[in-house]
Amino acid sequence: MKVRLKFTKEGEMKFIGHLDLMRCFQKVIRRSGIDIKFSEGLSPHMVMSFASPLSVGLTSLGEYVDMELVTPVSSAEGVRRLNEQMPAGIRALSLKQIPEGRANGAMALVAAAEYTVRFREGKAPAGGWEDKVPAFLSQETISAVKETKKGETTVDIRPLIYRMEAADGEVKLRLAGGSEANLKPELLMDTFVRWLGEEPQPFSLLICRTELLAKAGGEQDERFVPLEDLGEDIIL
Amino acid sequence: MERKLALSDEILLSIEKPARYIGNEINAVYKDKDSVDIRFAMCFPDVYEIGMSHLGIQILYELFNRREDTWCERVYAPWFDLDKVMREKDIPLFALESQDPLTAFDFLGITLQYELCYTNILQVLDLGRIPLMAADRDESHPIVIGGGPCTYNPEPIADFFDLFYIGEGEVVYDRLLDLYKECKKAGGAWRKAFLRRAASVPGIYVPSLYTPAYHEDGTLASFTPAGDDVPAVVEKQIVMDMTNAVYPDKPLVPYIKVTQDRVVLEIQRGCIRGCRFCQAGMIYRPTREKDVEKLKAQADIMLRGTGHEEISLSSLSSSDYTHLNELVSYLIEECSRRHINISLPSLRIDAFSLDVMSKVQDVKKSSLTFAPEAGSQRLRDVINKGLTEEIILKGAAEAFAGGWNKVKLYFMLGLPTEQEEDRKAIAHLANEIAVQYYELPKEQRFGKCQITVSTSFFVPKPFTPFQWASMHQPEDYIGMARTVNNEVRAMRNAKSIKYNWHEAEVTVLEGVMARGDRRLAPVILKAYRDGAMFEAWSEFWDWGRWLRAFDECGVDRDFYTMRERGDDELFPWDFIHAGVTKQFLLREWKRAHEPVVTKNCREQCSGCGARMYGGGVCFEGQA
Ligand code: SF4
Repeated sequence: MKVRLKFTKEGEMKFIGHLDLMRCFQKVIRRSGIDIKFSEGLSPHMVMSFASPLSVGLTSLGEYVDMELVTPVSSAEGVRRLNEQMPAGIRALSLKQIPEGRANGAMALVAAAEYTVRFREGKAPAGGWEDKVPAFLSQETISAVKETKKGETTVDIRPLIYRMEAADGEVKLRLAGGSEANLKPELLMDTFVRWLGEEPQPFSLLICRTELLAKAGGEQDERFVPLEDLGEDIIL
Repeated sequence: MERKLALSDEILLSIEKPARYIGNEINAVYKDKDSVDIRFAMCFPDVYEIGMSHLGIQILYELFNRREDTWCERVYAPWFDLDKVMREKDIPLFALESQDPLTAFDFLGITLQYELCYTNILQVLDLGRIPLMAADRDESHPIVIGGGPCTYNPEPIADFFDLFYIGEGEVVYDRLLDLYKECKKAGGAWRKAFLRRAASVPGIYVPSLYTPAYHEDGTLASFTPAGDDVPAVVEKQIVMDMTNAVYPDKPLVPYIKVTQDRVVLEIQRGCIRGCRFCQAGMIYRPTREKDVEKLKAQADIMLRGTGHEEISLSSLSSSDYTHLNELVSYLIEECSRRHINISLPSLRIDAFSLDVMSKVQDVKKSSLTFAPEAGSQRLRDVINKGLTEEIILKGAAEAFAGGWNKVKLYFMLGLPTEQEEDRKAIAHLANEIAVQYYELPKEQRFGKCQITVSTSFFVPKPFTPFQWASMHQPEDYIGMARTVNNEVRAMRNAKSIKYNWHEAEVTVLEGVMARGDRRLAPVILKAYRDGAMFEAWSEFWDWGRWLRAFDECGVDRDFYTMRERGDDELFPWDFIHAGVTKQFLLREWKRAHEPVVTKNCREQCSGCGARMYGGGVCFEGQA
C-alpha cells in the first residue's frame, strides 16, 4: 500500500539538513515498528521518497514523504506511532493512502509551495513596505539576479509568483516549486527589498514553508491542491 | 520542551554542521535543572562526530542519568569555525542538552582517549571559562575530573585536573557523587574538603595531593602523598560482573553521520593475548565476558531503542569470545529478517570468520584485515603477537578462494629490537600474500588483488612490557618507512601492493605525552596558546609550534623518548596499581629480548597479577 506522510519540521530541526532528515526518518520508522518496504539487493534500504528537500534554516508545516507499507496501519494509528518516536520539532500530521504509479509520487506532483516570511527583529525594510507589495507585483517583469555555479544570471521571476500578500509584518507566498520551475522565497524577498531601494541583509528572514501543492486539474487549470488531498484516509 | 539555544540562528547558519551544537538527539535526556542536586557535563575533547561515537560516554550518560539527583549532559570540542566565533563574540562553551554554560555545572568530566587531545582539554576549559590550572579554581567552578585510558599516566595533564578516575567508570562514581553532595551541603571551603576526602575513594586520584621530586638526571625520585589519609597507591577500579553492568538500552542517536553510527554491543572487556605493545590488553585485565543470552537480549533492545540499521560487536579480540559462534548465528538470523547490517571488527581471519563474513558483507566490495604488527617471525615473537606466517598465508589463501581480493595489513615500525631485515620482511610478507592470490586458478580470480600495507610508528605506553623501551627521532622513523617502501617497490607483485605510513612527528609527541610527567604541563599550555588544537587531525598539525613550546619551557623532549629506562626506574605512573604487577611487566620485557613467546591466559596463566580481582578468565572453568 503506497502512503503519503505529511509532517512538520520546526524549531531546532531547521538546522538538520535533508540527508540527515532522511536518516532520521529511517530510524524513526524502525523504532515505530511500522512495516515499510525495503529495496532489493545486498544492502537493502527503506524505500522513501521525499517530496522536496527543505533548505537548512527554513521551518515547515507541510513536508511530505511517500512510502510503501508492507503491513497496513490505519491513518490514526500510523500517525500516533510515528509521533511517539519523532524528535522534538517534527510532528506527523497525516498519513494517507495514495494511488500507485510513479506519476502519483510526491516528487513528481509538486508544482507549487506556500510560505510565510517574516523579517527578523530590526531587519525589516523601512516602514510601510507591506503596502508596496501590490505595486511590486503589478510589474510586468521582475528581474532577479540569481547566483549559479557559473556566475550570476538574470531571470524574470514574475511568472513564478502565484501569490504574494503582506499584512501585519508577514508575507504569504505561493511560488512555483518542483522540478519544472522553482522559485526560492529568499530570492524573491531579496529582489523585493532591492526594489524598495534597500540592500538585503543576510540572515534577515524567517521563512516557514506551509504547504506543498500539486496541480489540481489539466494543463489549463491553475488551481492547486495540497499534496495530502490526493490521498485517502486509511481505515482498517 | 522549549529551549533557548546558546547560539543564534545567524551563527548556527554560518558554521559547518550546526547539528553538532544543538542537542535534541533521539534518546537525549532532559531533566528539570532545579530538581537535581548534581549537574554533570560529560566531555569528549574532540569534534562531535568522534565524541558521539564513543561507547564509554554512552555508558556513563546512562549511569549518571539513572540517578534521580543527577543530570548528565554532553559537551564536545567546538570545531575551528565555531571556536573562532565563540572567542570573537565572547560566548561561553555550553552543554548540548540544557545549552547552559559549563560554569553552571558541578562536574566537568573529560574522557581521555588519546594523548593528541590534550590541547583540546585546554580549549574546552578556556571556552568554558574554567581556570586552566586546577589550583586557580574555587567553589564557583565545576570539579574537573578525567577518566579513560590516558589516566594510566595522567601526569602531563595533572595540573589541569582536580581529580582523575582510574579504571572503569561503572564502579565508584556513585560513591564520589554522594560524597560531593555531602561536602557541598556542609558549605564553607567545601571544595578543598571534598577533594581531600575524595582521595580515599578507591580509584580516585587527586593530583594536588601528591608531590613529585626528581633526581639530578631528571628521573623521578619520589612521589609523596600529602598525608596519611592520602593513599600512596591508587587502585584501578574494574567491573567484575560484566553481564549485569550498566549498559544503555537506548543509546543516543545523532542526526549527522558520526564515526560509529550503529548499535555497539560490547561482548567482553579485556584480552587474553598479552601482546607486549598493547596497553588495552594490559589495563583491562582480566578478560571478562558477558553472558551470551544477555547479549542477545541487549542487541534486540538497543536496535529497537535506536532504530539503527547496523550493529557492531565491540571487544579487543572478538574471536576469543567463548560463545561467538552462537552469538553471531543469532545475530545473522535476526538481522537479515530485519534488514540490519552486521559489522564484525577484530575477528581473526580463519575458516569460521570467513564463513561468517561472507554472510554479512559483500565479498567483492569489502576487504579483509590482518594485523601481523611485525614483518618477521622473530619480531612477532618479540612483541608476543601469536600469529605465524603460516597462519596468515593460510588465512589469505582461504579468503582469496572465498572471493575476496582486497586485503589490508597493519604493521608497526620502530618496535624494540627491530632491524633493517624486520622492516624488509613487511614487504616480503605482503608479496607472499599476493603470491597466494596469483596461484589461484585464473577463473577463480577477479582481476588484480589489492593489498594495502599500513604502518604506524610504535609508541611505548605505560603498563605494558615495553614501557622501558626507547623511541626514535622523526627522521629515523621516516627512514624506516622508506626502507619498507623501497622494498615493496622491489617486490615482484609490487603493482598489487599499496603502502601507507603514518606521520612521524605526531608519534614523537604522543610518545612524550604517553610517558611524560608533570613538567610537561607548561609545554602543553604554551602550544595551546600558540594555537595547537585538534592535533589528531593532520590538516592542522604544526610540529614547529611544539618545538617552540619545548624550547621556551626548557623541556628536553628526548628525555622522554630517546632513552631506554633502567629496570628499577621509578615511573611517574607507578603510584597506580593497574592489576598487572611491575615484576610481571619487567619479566615480559626480558622475555621479549630473548625472544620467548608467552602463552595466552587460556593456555596458561602467567601470573600477571590480575588474578587478585577474583574473577574473569583467571577463574574460568572453576566453580
Ligand atoms: S592472572 Fe593469569 S589468567 Fe589472569 S589475567 Fe593474568 S595472566 Fe591472565
